[in-house]
Amino acid sequence: MKLNRRRFMKYAAASSAVATAGSLFPGISFGDWQNISNNSGVVAWQKAPCRFCGTGCGVLIGVSNNRAIAVKGDPNCSVNKGLCCMKGYHSVQALYGKDRLTKAQVRKNGAMVEVPIQEALDLVASKLKETRDKHGKDSVAMYGSGQWTIPDGYVASKLFKGCLGTNNVEANARLCMASAVTGFMTSFGLDEPMGCYEDMDHANVFVTWGNNMAEMHPVLFSRMLANRKRRANVEIIDFATRLTRTSQAADKTIIFKPQTDLAVANAICYEIIKNDWVNWDFVNQHVSFHKGKTNIGYGTEDHFAFKDKAESINLEEYKLFLEDYTPEKVEKISGVPAKDIKYLASLYGDPTLKVTSFWCMGMNQHTRGTWINNLVYNIHLLVGKISTPGNSPFSLTGQPSACGTVREVGTLTHKLPHGVVMNEKHRQMAAEIWDVPVSNIDPKPTYHTVEMFRALDRGDIKFMWIQVTNPMVTMPNLKRYRDGALKDDRFVVVSDVYPTPTTDVADVILPAAMWVEQEGMFGNSERRTQHFGQIVDPPGEAMSDTWQIIEVARRLGFEKQFSWSQEDYIEKIWEEYRRFHAGPKHEMASYKVLNERSGVQWPFVDGKETRWRFNPKYDPACTNGKDFDFYGKKDNRAWIWARPYEPAAESPDSEYNFWLNTGRVIEHWHTGSMTRRVPVLHNAVPSAYVELHPEDAAELGVVNGEKVKIISRRGEVVMPAQINGRGVPTRGMVFVPFFDESYLINEVTLDAFCPISKQPDYKKCAVRLEKA
Amino acid sequence: MPIFSYLAIPRNGAKEALCADLATTPHCEVIPADNQDVIVLVTDTPDEATEEMLQQTLKNLQSLQSLSLAFGYDDNEKKGS
Repeated sequence: MKLNRRRFMKYAAASSAVATAGSLFPGISFGDWQNISNNSGVVAWQKAPCRFCGTGCGVLIGVSNNRAIAVKGDPNCSVNKGLCCMKGYHSVQALYGKDRLTKAQVRKNGAMVEVPIQEALDLVASKLKETRDKHGKDSVAMYGSGQWTIPDGYVASKLFKGCLGTNNVEANARLCMASAVTGFMTSFGLDEPMGCYEDMDHANVFVTWGNNMAEMHPVLFSRMLANRKRRANVEIIDFATRLTRTSQAADKTIIFKPQTDLAVANAICYEIIKNDWVNWDFVNQHVSFHKGKTNIGYGTEDHFAFKDKAESINLEEYKLFLEDYTPEKVEKISGVPAKDIKYLASLYGDPTLKVTSFWCMGMNQHTRGTWINNLVYNIHLLVGKISTPGNSPFSLTGQPSACGTVREVGTLTHKLPHGVVMNEKHRQMAAEIWDVPVSNIDPKPTYHTVEMFRALDRGDIKFMWIQVTNPMVTMPNLKRYRDGALKDDRFVVVSDVYPTPTTDVADVILPAAMWVEQEGMFGNSERRTQHFGQIVDPPGEAMSDTWQIIEVARRLGFEKQFSWSQEDYIEKIWEEYRRFHAGPKHEMASYKVLNERSGVQWPFVDGKETRWRFNPKYDPACTNGKDFDFYGKKDNRAWIWARPYEPAAESPDSEYNFWLNTGRVIEHWHTGSMTRRVPVLHNAVPSAYVELHPEDAAELGVVNGEKVKIISRRGEVVMPAQINGRGVPTRGMVFVPFFDESYLINEVTLDAFCPISKQPDYKKCAVRLEKA
Repeated sequence: MPIFSYLAIPRNGAKEALCADLATTPHCEVIPADNQDVIVLVTDTPDEATEEMLQQTLKNLQSLQSLSLAFGYDDNEKKGS
C-alpha cells in the first residue's frame, strides 16, 4: 500500500506539473509520458473521454491494482491532442472522496438507513408502481442529466416513455442547452453544430458571445490561442457582460448590457446589409426569411404555455425590421459604441476573413435564448460564412453528454430517440424498436424541467427519480422546489456518487458507479460519440445508472424490453439505439468502431466521419447538387429570423439595483459535488464569492473577503466579496459562481425561461446588496 | 520523504542536455514536452538531507535556466512531525 500511495503521489505531482505547463504554454504536449510511465511496468493505460465538460477531451487513465491513479491527455484524440485542463488531469481523484456513497439508503422514520441495494431497488419499483396506480401515469417522473451516459438516458426514455407511457422524462441539459437545440431547429431544422473543432485551425476571427471560454472550455481556448500564436491574421473578440480571463487573452473586449446582445446582433445584420457585405449568391440560393411571435413572456407563472408561429417574410420586410437596429440606436440600448458594432460587422462582412462564433451559457441561459441563437445564425447566413472550414457559428456544450444523451437520445419531454412524441411516424418507429404497443407512447409532451419541479411542488408529480444531477443546488428560485420535494407525500429517489443537497431530500439513495467505473458513451459538442470501457470497479454496492433502471424495469414487469445481460448490455443497448439514427443524416458508428477509436463524429457513413454538415464536399446527406444543402428544412433553406430585442424578465430598478449573473469557475465542475472532493481543486477555490466592481465595493464599504448580503425578491445569501479577482463585473452587476453548496445562490435567482426552449435565465435577475 | 514536481526550463538550445543531466541525477524523473523547451521534473527523495543535496545539485546544473515548483508533498509534514 505504501508503494502504491507513493506512486500515486508521484503521478499527482507529475499531473500538476503537466497541468501547470498546459496553462502557461498553450498547445504544449507531453505525448511521451505514456511510454516513460510504461517503462515502470506499474501502470496500465486505457482511453476514456473526460467527464468534466462538453469539450470531450480524450484522456488516458492510468490504472494500478484496480485503482485509477493517473491521467494524461490522449494524443490520439483529435479534440485535445494530448492536452488536458486542470479538472481533467485531476479527474480520477474525484472517484476516491472519503464520503463516497457505497451503499443504498432508505428513509425510515425520518432517518436514512443503509440497506442492501436490491432491497432499495425493490422499494423504488414498488413505490413507482403504487404511485402510478393511485395517481396516474403522469404522477411519476425521471430527471436525468447531460452527464448521463448514452445508455443511461436511452433506458430511462425506453422505460418511462415506451413502457410506463409517460413523457415525464427531462434532464438538466434543459438548463444548459435547450436554447441551442431550439435555435438549431428553428434555423436549420436539425440539431447540433454543422462545424467541428477543426474550424479553429482555419478561422481568422473568433468572436466569443457571452462566453468565458478560457475557464469553461480551456482546452479549446488553448487551441485558439495556439492558432493565434502560430498564424498571422488571427484575432479574438470577447463580446461580454463582464471582464474575465477570456478578456485578458482577447485582442479586444466589447462590453454590452445584459440581454442587449439581441439588439447588437441585429445591428450587425443591419450593417452587413447597409454596406452590401451580403453574400447574395448564398442568400438567394440557400436562405429564406421568417418572423415569429413577439412579446412572448417569461414563464414565471405555473402552467405557462407558448407556441411560436413562423410566418414567411421577404428580404424587404426583413430590411425594414432592421431599421430599428442601426448601430447608433443600438448603442443607446446596449452601451456598445456604434463604432464597435460597425467593427464587429466589418469582421463578419469581410469576404477574406473566416469567422467562427462561439457561445455557451451566455446565449443559452437567456429568456430569449432561442432568439439570440437565431440572430447569430442570421449573421453567418447573410455573409455565407457557414459549413466551411473556419466559418462556423458554434454552440459549445456544457456537459459531457448533453449532446449525446439528451439531444440525440431525446431525454426531454417532447423528444424520442428519433424525432418527437407529437409525430405519429416517430412514435411508430420507437414502438417498433422498443417492442411496445404504439399506444403506449403518449403524443402529448408533459412537463419541461422548471414545470416538472413546479408539478412536484403542486403535487401533480408524486414520485421523482433523479440521476447524475443535483437540482437542489441548480434549480433557479430554489427554495420553492426544495420545499416542494420535502412535502410529505412526495417520494424522491436519488442516484448519485456523493451526498449532496439533493440526496438530503431523498427517500431512497442509490449509490451509483461513476464515469470509468462503468462502460458507456458520451457525445460531445462537435457530434463526436466517445466510448469508454469499465476501467476500475465501482466501490461497495455502487451500480451503473443504466443497470439501476434495468433492475427497476424488470421488477415492473418489462423483462422482455430489458432482457440484456450484465456482460454485454452496453453493446446491446448501443446497437438497439443506433437503429433510430440509421441513414446519412445521423448514422452512428458501430459499437466495434467506437470501441477502437478515441471518438467518432456522426454522420458516420461508409466508414467516414462528417466534419462539416450541409456541405456536399463533406456531408453525404447532401443531394440537391448545389454547393450547400440545408436539408433539415422542408424548403431546403436555412432560415433567417426577424427577432426583436425584448428586455429581461427582471431588470434592476430603484429597489433591487444590481444585475445578478451566475456561472462557473475553471476549477469546479457544476455544483462542485465531485471537484470539491479533489484536494488540489478544492484548495484552489475553496468557497464561492461575489464579484463586485471596485467602485461598487467602495460605495458599499466592503473590501476583499468581507461579507456581502445579496437580496432578491425570492431570497438572500451572504457571502465573501471578491474585488478585482479573476473576473470583474461592470458597475451595477455582481457575479457569483454556483459550485458551492454552502452558498446557495439559486435561492436568489429567478425561474424565468425562454418561452420557446423553456431554458431558464441564470444570467439576469435583479438584486440589492448590503454589507453583512 | 518529500515529492516535488517542477517545470524545468533549459538554457537556450540545451533541452537535450538538461534531459540527460536530470535523467542521470538520482531521485529525478523527467517528462520532456514534445513541442516546447519545457521539462516536467518529478523528484522523490527519502529524507530531508538527501533533498537538500539534490537541491544543490540542481542549482549547479549548467543546462538549467530555471525551475518552477508545481507540486509539493511531504510525508513528515503530513504526520505533523
